[in-house]
Amino acid sequence: MATYDDCLKLVRQILGEHLEPGQTAGEKDALAGDLGLGSLQMLELVVEVEDALDISLPLNQLPELQTVGDFARMLVTVTGESGA
Amino acid sequence: MSLLDKFSAFARLRDELLQHGTLPFGVVTERILSPTEGIVQGRRTILAGTNNYLGLTFAPECIEAGRNALTEEGTGTTGSRMANGTYAAHAALEKDLAEFFGREYALVFTTGFLATMGMVSSLAGREDVLLIDADSHASIYDGCRLSGAEVIRFRHNDPADLEKRLRRLGDRSRNTLVVAEGLYSMLGDQSPLADIVAIKDEYGACLLLDEAHSMGVFGNGGRGLAEALDLEDRIDFVVGTFSKSLGSIGGFCVSNLPELELVRMTARSYIFTASPTPSVVASTRAALGLIRQRPELRDKLWDNSRRLYDGLTRAGFRLGPQPGPVVAVFVDDTTKAVSWWHQLLDEGIYVNLVIPPATPSTSCLLRCSMSAAHTTEQVDRIIGAFASLLSERRAAGTAV
Repeated sequence: MATYDDCLKLVRQILGEHLEPGQTAGEKDALAGDLGLGSLQMLELVVEVEDALDISLPLNQLPELQTVGDFARMLVTVTGESGA
Repeated sequence: MSLLDKFSAFARLRDELLQHGTLPFGVVTERILSPTEGIVQGRRTILAGTNNYLGLTFAPECIEAGRNALTEEGTGTTGSRMANGTYAAHAALEKDLAEFFGREYALVFTTGFLATMGMVSSLAGREDVLLIDADSHASIYDGCRLSGAEVIRFRHNDPADLEKRLRRLGDRSRNTLVVAEGLYSMLGDQSPLADIVAIKDEYGACLLLDEAHSMGVFGNGGRGLAEALDLEDRIDFVVGTFSKSLGSIGGFCVSNLPELELVRMTARSYIFTASPTPSVVASTRAALGLIRQRPELRDKLWDNSRRLYDGLTRAGFRLGPQPGPVVAVFVDDTTKAVSWWHQLLDEGIYVNLVIPPATPSTSCLLRCSMSAAHTTEQVDRIIGAFASLLSERRAAGTAV
């Protein structure tokens, strides 16, 4: 099971590859509203995080992801359930 | 924020599109002339975006069968398959479909959308997993929502990603329904079906294959991609539609698994809607016979498809990855895509305009679909009209 800080660090690291140079992702930033991620970028971000942790995130839960912190919290829950 | 505020974004989009003239998503065919021609904006127009792959909408056999059924059985059934809406013809169509596909069981739904949505939502329940291609049709996504199952996407046409996700599920892979399409409707690319079948077998999952755009198109018997790749025995459920190669409307599922018969009691989209009208059922039965009797229609469809794909490639357009009856032209800029769509219509060519997020990328698509009923001259006119779009840009000194 990964900690919240581990998950937050991972999400921010992978997000960094999708953002404009010099742009950073804060814990409270909204993925779409603040960081400007479109639906395809979101899909790519999710897949990269899934591969990094060797998990699959249920599509049913993705609409709950509003902020970077939401994403990290979901990863804590899912990795806890899967034992990843 | 009020109840109706959510529509404001759509109103803006509609108003932007209307500035160019006709709304691309609201085209009226003032008069339909044939499977490939109609009157649009008062002009004789080649229809190159209809999914009428075998051109059977005006087949005399289908029209006559439909007309007779209309006279003898009336305009509609007014009831559900589960109540008063199953006539002898509905049962006969199911028998025809089972024979056509060489399966034990067949189920007819009122539309293809309802068939796919109903099957996906019935086969998977709360304890199960739906593993779907990321580019799946809306009917698959809606079926997923209704099912209550855990829904996981795999990368489009990526068997390695599918394998990875089945492995991650552990024992739950045996409670998993994998969903794929034979031919994907937006880009016209084919499923890597042999790999998908091998992987789902390895992990003990079930596979539902949507042959909506591939039935009538692939295989010596016209049964779809599974037939063409000699994989039919390993596909658990096949769903499809009557509204493309069969030229009418309706949907179906076939399978050798007896549980399919029980879906009649579980699929809400089968139970809570009126059954197909008698004339539709009769036309569909006639069209199914024609798919068997006239394999030359498939040959002509493929000749036309390759001609269009090669012609547009030579003209310099970026297309979907594989030649086939769906030929998708990528256009990166929305304004240009809308403008080109109007120019094509002004030239008497109707194609589908598809803009994100309905497309599987950030590009727009000018999506063409070929028919066996298109003449070579019509295909060449389509190519010529597209080529003139690029020549106008080149003359204006603008990069393609």
